[in-house]
Amino acid sequence: MFEYGHMSTAAVLTPEPVIDEPAARSTQSVQQLQARIRSMQATKLDSRLIPTHPAIAGLLPGGGLKQGAVYSVERSAMLLMTLLAGPSAAGSWCAVVGVPEFGVEAAQRFGIDLERLVLVPHPGDDWLTVTAAVADVMGVVVTRPPKRATDSSIARLSARLRQRGATLLVLGSWPQSEAMLSLSQSQWHGIGEGHGHLAAREVTVTVTNRVTGRPRSARLWLPDADEQVRRSASASAGFSTMPREATG
Amino acid sequence: MSPHTRRAAPIRIPADAALSPRHPGGGELPGATIPRVMVLWCPDWPITAAIHEARPASDAVALIDKGLVYASSAAARADGVTRGLRLREAQARCPALVVLDYDPAVDNRVFEPIIAGLEQLTPHVQVLRPGMCALRVRGVAQYYGGEKGAALALAGRMDELGAGQTRAGVADGIFTAEQAARGSRGGHGRVRVVAPGESAAFLAPLDVGLLDDAALVTLLRRLGVRTLGNFAALPADDVRTRFGEPGRRLHALASGRDSWPLVPRTPPDDFDVVIDFEPALDRVDQVAFGVRTAAERFIDALTAAKLACTAIRVELLSDAADVSERVWLHPRSFTPADVVDRVRWQLQGSGVIDAGLSAGIIRVNITPEAVDAIGNHESGLWGTGPDERIHHGLSRVQSMLGHGAVLMPSIGGGRTLGDRQQLVAWGDRPVGVRQVAQPWPGRLPVPLPGTVFEPRHPVHVFGAGGVAVVVDERGALSAAPAELSAGATVLGIGSWAGPWPVDERWWSQDARRCWRFQAVDSTGCAWLLVLDEGGWWAEARYD
Repeated sequence: MFEYGHMSTAAVLTPEPVIDEPAARSTQSVQQLQARIRSMQATKLDSRLIPTHPAIAGLLPGGGLKQGAVYSVERSAMLLMTLLAGPSAAGSWCAVVGVPEFGVEAAQRFGIDLERLVLVPHPGDDWLTVTAAVADVMGVVVTRPPKRATDSSIARLSARLRQRGATLLVLGSWPQSEAMLSLSQSQWHGIGEGHGHLAAREVTVTVTNRVTGRPRSARLWLPDADEQVRRSASASAGFSTMPREATG
Repeated sequence: MSPHTRRAAPIRIPADAALSPRHPGGGELPGATIPRVMVLWCPDWPITAAIHEARPASDAVALIDKGLVYASSAAARADGVTRGLRLREAQARCPALVVLDYDPAVDNRVFEPIIAGLEQLTPHVQVLRPGMCALRVRGVAQYYGGEKGAALALAGRMDELGAGQTRAGVADGIFTAEQAARGSRGGHGRVRVVAPGESAAFLAPLDVGLLDDAALVTLLRRLGVRTLGNFAALPADDVRTRFGEPGRRLHALASGRDSWPLVPRTPPDDFDVVIDFEPALDRVDQVAFGVRTAAERFIDALTAAKLACTAIRVELLSDAADVSERVWLHPRSFTPADVVDRVRWQLQGSGVIDAGLSAGIIRVNITPEAVDAIGNHESGLWGTGPDERIHHGLSRVQSMLGHGAVLMPSIGGGRTLGDRQQLVAWGDRPVGVRQVAQPWPGRLPVPLPGTVFEPRHPVHVFGAGGVAVVVDERGALSAAPAELSAGATVLGIGSWAGPWPVDERWWSQDARRCWRFQAVDSTGCAWLLVLDEGGWWAEARYD
């Protein structure tokens, strides 16, 4: 009790609260509490990352894809395949639900093992049930919601994913995603006006963290002329935490 | 039940008996009992079986094995088509000849129901080879009042069952009885009975070539031994010293001392389940419910026989006399619920679960198509690893959505993206996959598009002035593409490449000819466009 009184006296005496307005102070404490809650919740999940492509891992919160988390990917099959390739090569089974136009051969070229890839192209209205059933047994599940799911069913699915340790990649938006990955400033190389062919693409990948709301982006070859995905050496489009790799 | 669905019976050949430890010394010792045996023989069995199976239009039929005539019907033989003739010469001798491929499996399969019918009259039938069987004569001779009467009755029964002109021989031992059956004539003389103890005299004038050992027969002929009687006259000890144990056995046969006992076949267990519905059921869920108990009985019977089923054949008969028949595979082994699922999937096709059927179902027939010893399918003490979990999870999705809803992808040969990706339902094995290792000139250069539209989307491509872009016969573009429009969306085309001609199978009916383009739109997204007779299509997107 005394200590409490002492501390409160000290707090009053410090100059900062005098400068801060009460609203800002409450915001700060809310943020601190949220960070504390997050850190307590996240201790188990942060420790379990699934193999992620190094060019993208640095952009993701926590340094890679987490087990039991949901990520939303905006309309890019190649980015999706890059994310799937790591866990697939490490022996995970992958499932793609509700994406009938998933390019199988491109997936193989990106390094996804077709022996451990399962497609459910037309789940219909049962897409949420099917996704949950598949997530019970698969390491990574891709799904595309045909319509918005209810909050309660999303919460149920999230709990199931956490319990099973499966990672869900959603094509489109998802309310409780860990992060949102999107592409912009796509630039194709190797093709001219009536000559050449599509050979390589430079693109800016932006990862928006749900919690902090701060986007991180990097310029990537997706893919380069050798069908590899790597950081581009040209002018970066934004903040990057990873040291840039040398490019040829 | 039709004979086609019945599994080929296991054929026991007398060699089994030779290896059996119960009869170590053969049986040619003096005083050993030589059983009285009846052999029933259907001449030209391969031809009879092939006609039964294929039902050709003409009487003149020849079976071809490795380009040579293996067997021919009586009408073909009348025109000079004999065994060993080359196919072309046989056709020249008999222009009306129907040529069929020889398939030993057909011989066995068609003979099986005949044996099953014969076993209704007498047990303990030994199948010597397709078209020939042996049985112990004692019981039937007492029943029919004599060996000849019994042989006539059984041969008549075989004829009724569709075996053709059956002949019979009764003698001491299988070998002698077989020669007696072969030596009989058609018509009333189709039964030949060799009295007990007369075997040696009956065999003596026959050619030595009847012994089933080509090397020995050749050698005997060169030694001047031309008949079985000559061979039997050689001292048994000398024959054994010179030709060893097989020679001794043949010497005993030639002397009419064939004391090998009959090894009757064990009739195969019948695991088929037939469910009749009266009145006919016209709803999928009703049929599935009606099959459930039978499916449990089916799997229980297999389990009791220590078998696990990995493939079943489901036959559905509707009251409109339509027969739907399909083999379903299982990556592990069937459980009763899996069997019910397969019946349901076969009924619903691509429809939904509670859909009505076009015609009522009156009969469901479930046959095990492939079985395995249950020991190979036992799960380990700690489970059998992750595969089992994945199979259960995917089977659950299949029972929700249907068999074809869960697909395993693989890459096959071909030029278009749709050709190259092969999708097979979980649990099935791929069929007719074209070789991916072949060169396939004209396929797309890498990188490949991540989004392959199925079906492809119709689009329009316009030139600078808003005129549609076309390609002429020589592959020249009418204008440089400038705009890409799909529905109300219009995108500018930045860079593009093409046209690349794809001219597939121009020599055949399913010829396909189109022009391919790659185009990058103003948003930086790239497209694979195809122009054919139907216009422009967006086949894939590089995104």
